[in-house]
Parts: sequence; structure tokens; C-alpha cells
Amino acid sequence: MKKEVVSIYVDNKANVLTRVVSLYGRRGFNIDSLTVSATNDPDISRITIVFEGDNLTLNQIIAQTEKLEIVRSIKTLEGKNSFFRELLMVKIAADKEKRREIKEITDIYRAKIISLEKDMMVLELTGAPDKLDAFLNILDDYDIVDICRTGVTGIEK
Amino acid sequence: MKMTGAELVMNVLLEHGVDTVFGYPGGTALFLYDELYKYSDRIKHVLVAHEQGGAHAADGYARATGKTGVAFSTSGPGATNLVTGIATAYMDSIPTVFITANVGKHLIGRDAFQEVCITGVTFPITKHNYFVNNKEDLADALRNAFRIANEGRKGPVLVDITKDVTQAIVDYEPVKPYPLRKVETENCEAKAEKFAKYINSSSKPVIQVGGGVIASESYKEVIALAEKADIPVVTTLMGMGAVPSSDKRYFGMLGMHGSYAANKCIAEADLILTLGCRFSDRVALKPDQFGKKAKILQVDIDKSEINKNVSVTDCIIGDCKDVLDVLIPMVNEADHSQWLAQINKWNEEKPMKVKECYGKMNPQEIIEYICDNTDKETIYVTDVGQHQMWAAQYVKQTKPRNFLSSGGLGTMGFGYGAAIGAQMGNPDKRVIHFTGDGSFHMNLNEACTAVSNNLPIITVIFNNRVLGMVYQWQTAFYGQRYSNTTPERKTDFVKLIEAFGGHGFRVNTMEELKEAYEKALKINGPVWIDCNIAVEDKVLPMIPNGKTIDDMLFE
Repeated sequence: MKKEVVSIYVDNKANVLTRVVSLYGRRGFNIDSLTVSATNDPDISRITIVFEGDNLTLNQIIAQTEKLEIVRSIKTLEGKNSFFRELLMVKIAADKEKRREIKEITDIYRAKIISLEKDMMVLELTGAPDKLDAFLNILDDYDIVDICRTGVTGIEK
Repeated sequence: MKMTGAELVMNVLLEHGVDTVFGYPGGTALFLYDELYKYSDRIKHVLVAHEQGGAHAADGYARATGKTGVAFSTSGPGATNLVTGIATAYMDSIPTVFITANVGKHLIGRDAFQEVCITGVTFPITKHNYFVNNKEDLADALRNAFRIANEGRKGPVLVDITKDVTQAIVDYEPVKPYPLRKVETENCEAKAEKFAKYINSSSKPVIQVGGGVIASESYKEVIALAEKADIPVVTTLMGMGAVPSSDKRYFGMLGMHGSYAANKCIAEADLILTLGCRFSDRVALKPDQFGKKAKILQVDIDKSEINKNVSVTDCIIGDCKDVLDVLIPMVNEADHSQWLAQINKWNEEKPMKVKECYGKMNPQEIIEYICDNTDKETIYVTDVGQHQMWAAQYVKQTKPRNFLSSGGLGTMGFGYGAAIGAQMGNPDKRVIHFTGDGSFHMNLNEACTAVSNNLPIITVIFNNRVLGMVYQWQTAFYGQRYSNTTPERKTDFVKLIEAFGGHGFRVNTMEELKEAYEKALKINGPVWIDCNIAVEDKVLPMIPNGKTIDDMLFE
């Protein structure tokens, strides 16, 4: 099953996120990630959702979402003509010896070290979701203490 | 014009032609009720016994009249009591506006007395809702509520207003109701042509009519299409009344308790034209087997209903009326007499009939007697359970909007409130309320409302002293273990309605029923007729959950 990214423009009002999430909850739509962000219009916010599913599920999610009064417009973002980005922060327990190796990986991925303590590092990486996956895969050999990912946001070319 | 928020509410109601509302006052709703008092010459407020009854009344009013039903309540328990009624209207797409008061802005979020976040509670059961804690937003929210309730697929909208907003001085300028945005059908002509091609080349077509036909008031078009192309018609529970039951092409309700002929017709058809139906699990009990031999063409105003439950061959998104107007001229006149003869034969083989009646009174005979002895305009309202299905099977309905039943939610206790709403909206029509002793016990408190308003609603109680539908399932599928369906109640319905100030009769035979019914027709006020039926009487035929017509039970 392929991942779908759907971008929804909604009224920037109280409870808008609750309405969208409540709809997905009660319809049993499983969402991988959901982000809310501002747009250039202060009256409108953008919600980006990512989920795994077939065409029927995609159509249901879109048709049900469109019915919400607060939804202005909705579209699926195609990989070939959209940019997807996500932000990752990862906290790794690392002593003096490990630090160098991790620094090397961080450089290759153009990630940033945003905190360095005697026994702990925090790394930051922004990029397409598969880049973040690959980065985490490499870091798996080390002692990862905590991870947080923002979820995907996307924009059309 | 300067006025209070509460007075603005009255004026927005008047803008939308509202002259009847249902409800119950309370602390936070005092300013609203103060204005209802002052506007009582233009807006009739029907005080109910319980807010649930008020919600069902607004719903019944909307179903029977086609207008928007409106109900008021106070905050907290008043608002939560509306919830079942709102959900009922939501599931059946009934245009309703619920106006609730909430505690003052300064108390919101502090667990104040009678505070509840009713917008949060009703997210899943309203098309939309508004929390108005800013007086500038009030008029727009109310006007949008009426627009949303009636736009596209209809349904309930709730407007929750904080008490301070109802008290605040606001500016009011009258405006016309917001225009309803029409669901535009893309390429309607081209799609309809495709539909017509399918229909014209079909030898066993059938039209399946749902609640969408009632909502779009496209009954004339449905009949015109059926006549022109000689196509049989079946309806869902929500579609009942769209086609008169006497029509020679009408074969009744399909689904779990539908007729053999209607279900067989769907199973054998080569083309199903589905109008405003959502293929619920009571209609398409096994979705992947539904209309297996047929191409299914679906017309619905709600895009999300396409391929939700049953996958269809093709669809047109739009109002049934608009689509049929384009489609009918493209459809050829046809003669399907052989196909109709085949369906009639199925009907003769397995007719809709209570085969075995265990008591002195047969549910089918009760319903048929009443239908035969009332005028054609009569509005029938049901509760939920066995009596509801018997009514759906045997009521001889002749007009749209005269068979009111809770289809989607299946709300026991819906009937009496809905009957009150229907009667308030149609003071000149006869309203008959069919109920069971189980359903009726839920909300019979609304008898006081019927008495106060002199509503001549005749309630016919199918009294078998058990919770019949569940009892029937326990008999058939749960080894006759009658868990909590035999309540041993000793309710004397005749004494009870007399205590409320109405009239009642207890009948044990058809003769007694006739006598009581003739008297009931002359009484200006509510009448209950308690019919003693046998506990063994079942609703048949029946297709069990998840099965097909091949598994239909006839006894």
C-alpha cells in the first residue's frame, strides 16, 4: 500500500483540528502523521495528513473531509510535483569515543548537533521522510534515548 | 437596530420563516425564553416534558413538513438530553437547528453549574456546530446554521450561545436567508447519457429509492421515470412514501425485513438505479453480494456515499431531482412486462403476510384496519422495534412525508415526540403513532405535551409485554435465553393516559379495536389504544445479519 499525502486548507478558527481529528477517529481512518501550519492568509491554516491506504480509502477520507464546514479545499500531493519535509530530533547517549563517529554521520546527512553534553548529544535533521528514516536506521547502532518527529508537511511545486 | 442577543435570535428565526419551535427553559436560557414570551404571537413555543422529546418533535416536524425543525434547551443536562434526538436527525439527514444556551463567558471552562461543552459532545452528530461567546458572531452563526442544515445533504446544526451573549446589546439588520450553495453536478448531461444507455439496454432494471428522494422532493420524477421505462420500484425504510404503496410497479421495502419480491428483484436485476440511498447494513446485509448480477448506478448528493458500503458501476453526484430532470428525457419508453410479471410471481409465491398469528389480534390486521379507516393524508409515525417493521411492511402509505420512522439510529422513544412535531406542523392532518410497549415506556412522558396542546394523536400500542425485537432474536439465535426482555411490567396504559388527562382503551380483539378506534377519531386530544398481541408474533420475513436472500427466514 502506498503512502498518501493530503493537504487541507481550513478556516483558522478554534476547534478546527478537533473537528478533523474527531472525523478520522470515528470513521476509523488511520493516520500516520498530521501537521497543522499557518499559511500566507491569516484566515486559513493548512493541515497535512499522511496515511497508508488504497484508492477507496483515499477517496473516502477526502470526501468525508470535504463535508466539514471548516474545510476550504483539499488536494492530494503527488510525490513527483511536491516537496515533503519533516523535522527530526534525536537524543543519543554518547561518550567521548562514540561522539566522533556520530559527528561523521551527522555531517554526511547534513544534520546539526544542537546540544552536546558529556554523555549526551541531541541531533536535528530536516528533510524528506525517507531521508529521516535512513538517518535513523544508521543511528540505530547507537544508544538512542529519545526521538521526536514533527510529521510531514508538503507543498506543491 | 439595537436589541439583545436573545431578541436577535427571535428575529433570525423569523427571517427563516420559523413559526414553531420546541424546547424547555432553564437558568442559562432565561433571556432566550424571555424573548420567546414577547414574540409568542409570531413564534409558537411548544413546551415538552423532556428535551429528548423536544429534539424528536423538531425532527418529526421537519420530516412531516419539509421545513427546518428548531428546538431550544438550556445548558448542561438540557443540552445533553437533546443528544439522542440530534443523532437521530443526523443519521436520517433531517434539517434541524438546535439552539442551546450555555453558562456565561466568565464561567466557561470552570465546571460551572450546568456547564457542559455541548459543541464537543455533538461534533460527531451534527453537520456543524457553533459556540458563540462573542456577540458579534451571533447573527452569522444562526444564519449559517439554517443554511448548513438545508444545504446539500441535510442534517442537524447546533448553535451554543453563552448567556452573556443572549443578554448583550447587539446590532441587528434583517437580511434574507443565506443562499444555499447547490451541489453542482459535473458533466451531468454526459453522465446521464451514459446512465440512459445502461437503462435502455437493460431487461431487468429496478429503481431503489432512499431518503434522498424524500429530501429532494423528487417523487414525481421517480414515478415518471418508472412509468416511462416501465421499471419496478423498491424503497428503503427512509424512502417509504415516495411511491404510493398501491402503485403496480411498487414492490415494497427491501432489506432485512423487506418483502421477498423486493429483495429477489434486487438479487436478480441486471440494473439497479439507486437514488439517494446509502446501502446501510440493514439494506445491503452482505455488501459484496448486493445486486451481484446487476450494474449499479448511484445518484447521491453526498460524494462520500459513493463506494462507501457497496461498490457501484457508475455514479452521478447531485440532487436527485436535478439529475432525474436531465435523465428522464434520455430514457426510452420500454415494456418490461415480463420482468414485472416475474416479480409479481415472486410476490404471489411469498406474499407479505403475517402467516401465523398466535394471539387474538394480528399485527398486520391492526395496521391494515387503521390504514383502511383513515384518510389518505394521515401521517404515520413509528417507534423502533417489531411494530416499526410491521408498520413498514403493512402501512398503506400514499404520500411522501407521511411515514416517519427513525431509520439510521433506530431510536426507541422517537415516536411520541416525532408525532407531536408532525401534528404541530400539520394541525389539519390525522397523526397515528404506532409503538410497542418497550419503545413507548421510554418517552411516553410526552403525553403531557399532547394533552396541554390538545393534540389528537392516536397512539396504537402493540403490547406483547416483552421487548419484542430483541426477544425475537433471542428466540431465533440465542437459544431462547430471554435475557432482560421480559420485564414483568404492570403498566396500565389506560389508567396512565387518563392520569395524564387523555383517553385510553384496552382492546383484545379486532372488534374491540374497531369500537375503540371509532371513538378515538372523535376525541380532541391524545388517545392511547393498548392492543394485546401475542408474545410469539414475529417480524418476518427476515434476512439475518450479514446474509443474503438465499438465507431468508420465513418462519
